[in-house]
Amino acid sequence: MSNQRVLESNHPPATDAARQPITFLEAIREGIREEMERDEQVLVLGEDVGAYGGAFKVTDGLLDRFGEGRVIDTPISEIGFTGAAAGAAHMGMRPIVEMQFIDFIACAFDIITNYIATSRYRGSGPQPIVIRGPCGGGVRGGPFHSQNPEAAFFHTPGLKIVYPATALDAKGLMKSAIRDDDPVLFFEHKWLYRRPQLREAMPPEDHTVPLGRASIHREGRDVTVVTYGAMVHKVLDAARALEETDEISIEVLDLRTLLPLDEETIVDSVQKTNRLLIVHEDTRTGGIAGEIAMRINEAAFEWLDAPILRVTALDTPVPYAPPLEDFFLPQSDDIVSAARYLAGY
Amino acid sequence: MIEDERENKMSETQTTDKRAQAKDERAQEAANGGAPRDHPSPAAPAQDPDWEQEAKPKLSKEERTMGLPKEKLRKMMYDMLLGRRFEEKTAESYALGKIGGFCHLYIGQEAVAIGALHALEEDDYVMTAYREHVHALQMGVDPRSAMAELYGRIDGCSKGKGGSMHMFSAETNYLGGHGIVGGQIPLALGVAWKIRYRDEKQVMQVFLGEAAVNQGAFHESLNMAALWQLPLVVIVENNRFGMGTAWERASSLYDISQKASAYAMPSAIADGMDILDVYRVTKEAVDRARAGEGPTLIEARTYRFVGHSMSDPVHGVYRTKEEVEEEKLNDPIRIYANLLADLDTLSQEELEKIDAEVKATAEEASEFAEKSPEPDPAELYRDVYADEDINGRLYFDGRQ
Repeated sequence: MSNQRVLESNHPPATDAARQPITFLEAIREGIREEMERDEQVLVLGEDVGAYGGAFKVTDGLLDRFGEGRVIDTPISEIGFTGAAAGAAHMGMRPIVEMQFIDFIACAFDIITNYIATSRYRGSGPQPIVIRGPCGGGVRGGPFHSQNPEAAFFHTPGLKIVYPATALDAKGLMKSAIRDDDPVLFFEHKWLYRRPQLREAMPPEDHTVPLGRASIHREGRDVTVVTYGAMVHKVLDAARALEETDEISIEVLDLRTLLPLDEETIVDSVQKTNRLLIVHEDTRTGGIAGEIAMRINEAAFEWLDAPILRVTALDTPVPYAPPLEDFFLPQSDDIVSAARYLAGY
Repeated sequence: MIEDERENKMSETQTTDKRAQAKDERAQEAANGGAPRDHPSPAAPAQDPDWEQEAKPKLSKEERTMGLPKEKLRKMMYDMLLGRRFEEKTAESYALGKIGGFCHLYIGQEAVAIGALHALEEDDYVMTAYREHVHALQMGVDPRSAMAELYGRIDGCSKGKGGSMHMFSAETNYLGGHGIVGGQIPLALGVAWKIRYRDEKQVMQVFLGEAAVNQGAFHESLNMAALWQLPLVVIVENNRFGMGTAWERASSLYDISQKASAYAMPSAIADGMDILDVYRVTKEAVDRARAGEGPTLIEARTYRFVGHSMSDPVHGVYRTKEEVEEEKLNDPIRIYANLLADLDTLSQEELEKIDAEVKATAEEASEFAEKSPEPDPAELYRDVYADEDINGRLYFDGRQ
């Protein structure tokens, strides 16, 4: 575990590789690898992240390149290793903690919300940590391997939450998250990991995407749909369908970062379309849609021509049985119906 | 307290027949390959009524000082007394309503922190739990800055935003008290890991109360510390009560040091009322950690002379007045003062001089805190994130 060994293994750089389109998962890995090459304080720890390469192989190959000093296989001890990351962060390290499934982040809830999020405020200094892991449903993972627990942390000042929807954003946001001096929770929807349609070529230069800034995936006139993560793609499907069948023009806004929320971009869009639909895969009650609706109520009430609607998962645990899970998750048809209702309001 | 020259009640070797018998049984059992699984082990009683330390070696008064220079022996007394007087001043200010919130005093346990911290080098790291004022002072947090933090003032070490349980001083390697029971142990693991990773020579010393041993974080951290052979010294301050729950009502195993065996980690028991015993045991562990020989679990058996927090009476519900009075006869400061007097290292007169000095320091700290301004409302939003403006609006992409 000596520094020397790490430095020796720390080459060659991967920047000269041919720029083939890569998957969402590979984009995340490339972001991590580039940052580990750029800054030797960056390290990865978690269950099976080293020799095994991660449960989903996100960290595959990092052990060979950076050595076990910087790619650490831990016991199944989320409290222990998340706390250890916080201690290492006090020492100037920039740990990337993998939750094998993001559902397991609940085990480390105390360390994250009570300690990491408040460290700077309590005068204990910055906590430049990225806590990342696969989230989301649609893969028949059942109640403990399919959740979207972002709302549990959305309420915690001091944290940042990133939830990308495209390969380019996944890489760019990962690199920004690692460089950020505040703790970042990085949600990776596992349904996006290997989807061939999401393959994108990465720009040759240092590619970062700023935290806290939403992006407009598709411009539109009639209804703004605010969404993030895997739902971006279902909303885009719905938008294409509505364009064809109803000639309704949907503006698709991908939040990309949930905390801090890019209120400005949402308000700008609502002032243009005067209608707002919020779509998220997380369950309904206490979900982020409620907060966004309230922000628009406060900031752009006069611009609204229709009530704000939301399409979300239902208020139940994530069911395993395929018909149940499909019914539980928001589908393109649900989005089409809601947007159509708003457009005709 | 200091004037009372009564002999140290905690005589050095009081091995009762009962304990000798327990030891014999233990040896017998080990020879037989351990107790059968379906019977409770007589070697690990759920309750151990004998509080006197079995592990403490029989040493002469001269041997107890381990050849430490007089200067250091006196400094240890100074530090314990400063801790005591600071805490007394804190109690007074709390009673006057100058300090609010939850406030836990260290009175009675001084030998543990002061003894253990004296075994460290300048650049070693320290973390502890929420009964932390004395650790903070000992690590170099200015008493004025500590008191200002308790008063919630801007000159406090956390700008008045942390309070009693959350002091922090990166400059002195004091990495804080922690308001969550057991929450600091994994953090210390991370610091120790960094020392190892960067091939440094420091040691990480983490304190916790005995009740934190029942937290999962303790076990996860001990396992990893031992697995990776990190330079970590874990000191359990066993003051016998997790708030109002006696240790024997909270743990199936009385002897905390035995928990280390689950992680193949060396362990030791220290007499937490004897500063030199704490020093001796800790120094061994620190030396071992620094030499790359891995972590140690230390159980320091101590007693708190005050309530759990300012809202908890000294005695009543969970312990009797008689018990507290009897334990107070083992005041670590008196025990040490007697020893130093016997060794002609510190006279009564010199002791009183030190006492006057630290009383003045505590007084001055409280006067300083009194005068320090309250934080400006704008401070509310400051340090939530790395970048923010005065209204707490967050800009991460250069927009104004």
